[in-house]
Amino acid sequence: MLEVKDLTVVYGTHTVIDDLSFRIEEGQWLMVVGPNGAGKSTVLNAVTQGAPYTGSILLNGTDIKRQKPSARARQIGVLAQNHHVSYDFTVEEIVRLGRYAYASGLFSGSGDGDEGAVEYAMELTGMTPKRNQSVLTLSGGELQRTFLAQVLAQNPRLLLLDEPTNHLDLVYQKQIFALIGQWLKTPGRAVLSVVHDLSLARAFGTDALLMHKGKAVAQGKTGAVLSPETLDPVYGMDVYEWMRTMLSQWSLEE
Amino acid sequence: MKKRAEHFRTMEYIIFTAVTLAVLAGCICIGSVSIPLKDTVTVIRNAVTGTPQPEALAVSIILSVRLPRVLCVALSGAALALSGAAMQGLLKNPLADGSTLGVSSGASLGAVIAIAFGIRFPALPFAGTMIMAIVFAFLSLLMILGLSYKLDYSLSTNTIILIGVIYSMFVSSIMNVIIAFAGDKVKDITFWTLGSLQNSNYQNVLILTGAFAVCGSILFFRARELNAFAVGEDNARHVGVDVRRTKLIVLITVSVLIGVCVSIGGTISFVGLVTPHMVRMLVGPNHRRLLPASAFGGAVFLLLADLAARILLSPIELPIGVVTSLVGALVFIFIFYQTRKR
Repeated sequence: MLEVKDLTVVYGTHTVIDDLSFRIEEGQWLMVVGPNGAGKSTVLNAVTQGAPYTGSILLNGTDIKRQKPSARARQIGVLAQNHHVSYDFTVEEIVRLGRYAYASGLFSGSGDGDEGAVEYAMELTGMTPKRNQSVLTLSGGELQRTFLAQVLAQNPRLLLLDEPTNHLDLVYQKQIFALIGQWLKTPGRAVLSVVHDLSLARAFGTDALLMHKGKAVAQGKTGAVLSPETLDPVYGMDVYEWMRTMLSQWSLEE
Repeated sequence: MKKRAEHFRTMEYIIFTAVTLAVLAGCICIGSVSIPLKDTVTVIRNAVTGTPQPEALAVSIILSVRLPRVLCVALSGAALALSGAAMQGLLKNPLADGSTLGVSSGASLGAVIAIAFGIRFPALPFAGTMIMAIVFAFLSLLMILGLSYKLDYSLSTNTIILIGVIYSMFVSSIMNVIIAFAGDKVKDITFWTLGSLQNSNYQNVLILTGAFAVCGSILFFRARELNAFAVGEDNARHVGVDVRRTKLIVLITVSVLIGVCVSIGGTISFVGLVTPHMVRMLVGPNHRRLLPASAFGGAVFLLLADLAARILLSPIELPIGVVTSLVGALVFIFIFYQTRKR
């Protein structure tokens, strides 16, 4: 689905990403992990054309640099880490923005299927009861669910997550990731997420990409990548033992 | 909480238009010589339909003094408020406005340079100052935003306003240097800087109407993009907005609006800051509603400011900018206080 080839991002004299290649197939949930400053979020920014890069990023064979922004947005959705909304938009207005890429022409408010997609996304994330509430009054978890609803309304095939639950309580983190897991069950979809928390990566990811100083150190199935042999040298400590104790918090049964 | 409509409803258009017209009519009637509303309406109706006017003083006061002035005031107010609303959305910054960002100062500099160096465009005899004002407004915007992005990618409220203020000071010192060397042009420049909407004529009305109609529709058709920007530039990119294109279109449009207003009426501060803020409380932040409502609100606000300028210390007439700045400064502090509290 997504193929990244020889991706290099340079800011000034600092090489943030150094010749990185990887791919994601349908049904996969790729976890991009690595210590701070490894260049994880920059990978996402490059994919959404928010960072200048060399190399190529292909989506189903087409170079996304050549795609119109709206065409790209119909394929790729992004859930960012934080949202600082300055104006009191309602939940529904925020979710509706997810349909931007589908509106044709200047006058169109909502095209066919827009209503359905917006309602469905709000229902799935449990935001329907708060649809007319100002986003300035929401809790952190509710705000993140609102933006999750936006990106679901966008109906992308590839979902990019940039540490979307970093600042949330454990309960909300679980909620968000469980929802995304459910979304991924429909065929033809894939998820790429940048995560800080290795236990989270282990609990939800199918595949993993371990980065260190802008390079890929290891990639493959989650179990293989997130092993003591690969992790400990990168993090410079015994992370595996620590991760095992943390993993219990993600037990998905219940 | 009750649901807000996505669009501006016909009923809302009617109410806003009615209020604007009522204020407009009031501003024509009230002044050093008060004219009954009935006479005003008769005179305007006669003028429009071409019926001969009755012999009276009121005819010339209304048609050659008050009507063009009031129309220019209303259009300037609408244009300035519209550009303020658009910038506040684009930059996700409730304090953005032509005057706080230094765009108006930039436009003034352009106009002063045009007068001092006698820049004229042969095809458009009056357009020299106007075109220079527009170009300088745009260049100022680019410079201020470019510098702000360099210093602080998130374009935080404080950075951008600080740069705007410093830029305004810098520009006014350059203006003083030019005036010092302008020699025989000093009179023209002084005349222009003191100029206000007081002596507006129908040509000004026509230019303002044209600029407002064209730029207003361009901005109105970008309402959805502005909504996305108001949530955040990254979010706008993520949902598929062509971020560069939108920014360029909105910035050019805003520059034209501000450039035209400044070249006709001089710098009128804070209209673009105060009006969208007050209107947002009434109709919400959705630009489909906010933009038209701001235009109406700006017209009413500036009309009332102009009225206050005329009658408060009558027979002395205050410059209109004094009134808007008095109100605007207070509202600015109020908004600033609120955003800091959050």
